Amino acid sequence: MSWVSKTLNSTLGKKLLMALTGLFLILFLVVHLAGNLQLLISDNGESFNIYAHSMANNPLIKVVSYGNFAFILLHVIYSIILTRQNKKSRPVGYAISRPQNNSSWSSRNMGILGTILLIFILVHLRGFWYEFKFGELPTAVYEGITYKNVFVIVSEAYSNVFYVAFYVICMGFLGFHLSHGFASAFQTLGLNHTKYSPLIQKVGFGFSIIVPALFALIPLVMYIQTL
Amino acid sequence: MNLTLKIWRQKNHSDKGGFKEYKVTDISKDMSFLEMLDVLNEQLTEKGEDPVHFDHDCREGICGMCSLYINGNPHGPLQTTTCQLHMRSFNDGETITIEPWRAKSFPVVKDLVTDRSAFDRIIQAGGYVSVNTGGVPDANEIPITKTIADMAMDAAQCIGCGACVAACKNASAMLFTSAKVSQLALLPQGQVERKTRAEKMVAQMDAEGFGACTNTGACEAECPKGISISNIARMNREYFSAVVSSQNV
Ligand code: HEM
Ligand code: SF4
Ligand code: FES
Repeated sequence: MSWVSKTLNSTLGKKLLMALTGLFLILFLVVHLAGNLQLLISDNGESFNIYAHSMANNPLIKVVSYGNFAFILLHVIYSIILTRQNKKSRPVGYAISRPQNNSSWSSRNMGILGTILLIFILVHLRGFWYEFKFGELPTAVYEGITYKNVFVIVSEAYSNVFYVAFYVICMGFLGFHLSHGFASAFQTLGLNHTKYSPLIQKVGFGFSIIVPALFALIPLVMYIQTL
Repeated sequence: MNLTLKIWRQKNHSDKGGFKEYKVTDISKDMSFLEMLDVLNEQLTEKGEDPVHFDHDCREGICGMCSLYINGNPHGPLQTTTCQLHMRSFNDGETITIEPWRAKSFPVVKDLVTDRSAFDRIIQAGGYVSVNTGGVPDANEIPITKTIADMAMDAAQCIGCGACVAACKNASAMLFTSAKVSQLALLPQGQVERKTRAEKMVAQMDAEGFGACTNTGACEAECPKGISISNIARMNREYFSAVVSSQNV
């Protein structure tokens, strides 16, 4: 085995991949949120449609989006490998265990939280990304240029109370995943310091509330507007 | 105090094992948990039954031999060793469940005794210095600041009890291994083998079958010596910088 594969196959190496892909996904969430918030501009979707169009046709964004798919896949594959390996390390469990005395619920349930996020991501991709890429979309014309009108697909989806509820609940789970994951990734990278760790923890806590809340706000507001 | 004890009994490694209930009466609040078990074992011996086997040695919180998963937490409800846990931490009439450390890498030998020699093999893999350190050096002879010396001493407090593994949902040995890696990486005497040590100790830790670290912090919360998970971050740094810069292909 070469030193590279030996390193990546060690428990520390696998965690390094989880942390790096996780941090990339965190960065992606910020960019994605900035785009999505344009759904709330009351211009019948003009800004959002133009934004979606420019994203889809920007070669740099294309490369990043393929990277993003690859990183989600890596994150998921390594989460399965790690979770299975970790389970095997304790073949006989305890009859009575009180882990709530020593650790947070989120930190102990990253696998379950991640699985819910994976289901969400798949539903989300099928509903929006797939429709945008391969679906029959209505069009809109702004200043003589024809755009795919994704805004219509989004607002239709968000007029369905079940879809909105699913979306909002999943954002809650994202919050829990991030409430542990954000700071955990820095610890995995070895970045633990008296000066900076308290800050990382505070930023992570804030991030895990604010970002999912803003994501959840969009379908909520759009649903209320349809009432 | 009168207590009901639900204790894990297992004849040997291949026996399936199971819980057995015992009653102990007139237990003093000032007894240590192990002394309470001594009382039970005297009763069992008088009755001609096999006493409950459990590990212990110094009984003053410094050797790391005592273990026991008590009522759902390693070393019981306090962040201390089981020999330093006293019966005043329990209530009269309470049922106390006692289990061995549970980890693939800590197989049960008998009853509550587990084989923790996996830790010894991790130490053997790199937890040493091969430079001649001579006798006790004079004060200020070694080029090291007080801050760093204190950090090394804090890491060196680890007594190898294994409560970190027992507490961790992944039965991970990261806190133990990182304390040992840190203790030597911080000291001038530890520089010679610094990179090889990090690589070899991590490799041995993995080979023993301990789980990976999810950074839950359960180990730190249960460690009787208050070993900080900042040592785990240091070991991650040590390991990653070692693998990219050492000569070991
Ligand atoms: C937007 C989506 C996601 C983001 C931003 C994200 C972010 C993160 C971060 C930052 C970590 C911490 C890494 C570390 O401890 O070093 C993490 C851990 C984890 N993630 Fe995700 N994740 C996402 C989606 C998923 C999905 C879809 C799954 C699985 C199916 C998943 C499963 C896990 C698991 C199991 C861990 C803990 C691994 C361990 O330490 O044992 N995540 N995630
Ligand atoms: S790190 Fe703490 S809990 Fe783990 S073996 Fe050392 S003293 Fe015991
Ligand atoms: S018996 Fe030595 S630490 Fe408890």
